[in-house]
Amino acid sequence: MAPLSVDSLRKSYAGREVVAGVSFALKPGECFGLLGPNGAGKTTTLRCCLGLTAPDSGSITLAGEPVPARAREARARVGVVPQFDNLDPDFNCAENLLVYGRYFGIGDALIRARIPRLLEFAGLAGKEKTSIRVLSGGMKRRLTLARALINDPDLLILDEPTTGLDPQARHLIWERLKRLLADGKTILLTTHFMDEAERLCQHIAIMDAGRIMVQGSPRELIAGQIEPQVVEVYGEDAPGWAQATAGQFSQRHEISGETAFCYVADAAPLLAHLAQHPGLRTLHRPANLEDVFLKLTGRELRD
Amino acid sequence: MIAVPFRPQLTVRAFAVWRRNYLVWKKLAIPSVLGNLADPMIYLFGLGYGLGGLLPQVGGVPYIVFLAAGTVCASTMNAASFEALYSGFSRMHVQKTWEAIMNAPVSLDDVVAGELLWAAAKATLSGTAILAVVTALGFVHSPLALWALPAIFLTGLCFAAMGLIVTAVAPSYDFFMYYFTLLVTPMTLLSGVFFPVDQLPAAFQGAAQFLPLTHAVHLIRPLLQGQAPDAVWLHVAVLGAIAIVAFWIALALTRRRLLS
Repeated sequence: MAPLSVDSLRKSYAGREVVAGVSFALKPGECFGLLGPNGAGKTTTLRCCLGLTAPDSGSITLAGEPVPARAREARARVGVVPQFDNLDPDFNCAENLLVYGRYFGIGDALIRARIPRLLEFAGLAGKEKTSIRVLSGGMKRRLTLARALINDPDLLILDEPTTGLDPQARHLIWERLKRLLADGKTILLTTHFMDEAERLCQHIAIMDAGRIMVQGSPRELIAGQIEPQVVEVYGEDAPGWAQATAGQFSQRHEISGETAFCYVADAAPLLAHLAQHPGLRTLHRPANLEDVFLKLTGRELRD
Repeated sequence: MIAVPFRPQLTVRAFAVWRRNYLVWKKLAIPSVLGNLADPMIYLFGLGYGLGGLLPQVGGVPYIVFLAAGTVCASTMNAASFEALYSGFSRMHVQKTWEAIMNAPVSLDDVVAGELLWAAAKATLSGTAILAVVTALGFVHSPLALWALPAIFLTGLCFAAMGLIVTAVAPSYDFFMYYFTLLVTPMTLLSGVFFPVDQLPAAFQGAAQFLPLTHAVHLIRPLLQGQAPDAVWLHVAVLGAIAIVAFWIALALTRRRLLS
């Protein structure tokens, strides 16, 4: 049984279709990444999945329960890490977990028994009595993750779990999420960090303007959607050079500011050509998920 | 779109929300109770003795005894209103506590019901604390005053539910000033807290009959003075009906705000 399946989901606000026919399903034990620029409809999709917003049409099954009809029952089997921290500032770490466990109807004795292990998992061992107000951003995120595990859920839903964290804190979150996957949990996460998706996710769906544009494993998407090699060309002369010449050597190229991105199957002829232009600096690398993402969603700024 | 099934879906999970607020309050219980007592007691003694000294008996009793019952009612109203407005808004909008709770298997209806019961409980505590003080000072003699406790709770429920409507539509804390200035303050003056309603011009006396605080005063003041109130069930019904209707409206508005 899929921990979560979504079929033909639609949701409009004031005549604007924010989610425009989204379908996907999670396999047990996988990490599924929902990627997209700001405003793509990721958070609305998650809200619908949790039964916090009624969709206009489509069907959702979460933890075996139809949503929104039995969303409350479904949420009992799910842990959620929201995009913005909403820990209880009036409580210390242990109280945050205790009070949250009560919302699941778990008895105090069982919650108290789980707290030390959860805090240890969050790298907050011994901080039972520490006030939330003195925790760093990374510590708060980890405590929020621990809070989402208070009911020992089968499925974790994380909305941009590492946005705003420094690299150290981000790596620690990734390591913990991998541990949860190793324990057999299923994870659905949204992100706009491609390295995060590439590291963690077995399956990715790229969303834009309310639609899923492509789905697949990171490798499949890179192999199927884009040329395998990228040559980035920098310098004042790069845009002019690219407009005149890049088409001769590359299947596709894009110009962004003073950088030209050349997408090629074989980079050797292009690199040989560029070697004769000392004014242009180059970076040759394999194509990655970010290239796929930018190809599909464009380079324009999203607000 | 207000596609709201208009039947509140309530479960016992509302008490988990209540307990959350109780746990926060418990940390600051003593200053909180003292804070709730200080302001009304200052008015009670200042006006009760200062102004009361100039007056003959009011409603057949010394003015401070008359005012004590009014103070119990007004404090209950204020405590319920402050909790439902300022504290409720903090939890709903600023701290996003309600959103966190709704990610657990707790419905918004349970959250709002938990807040309603919590604000009513805190108001009951506030009203009861003043009742205890005025009893200790010898202004209340009759055991009938015990019946004031459920009346205080009902008053708390009524004003908590009304406050939750305002919270549901508030863009910011500043908005609450309208509610206090345009509704709570005039109501305090029109409902017989400080002086008998029959001192008012006839039109205001008529208007006073539509104010929930008037009914709370009609219930609670006789009980504190050892008399059975007239038309008990009318006052109970008015307070109860306002509580139910206001809760229902608050729920519909909060659903529209948070679940659309």
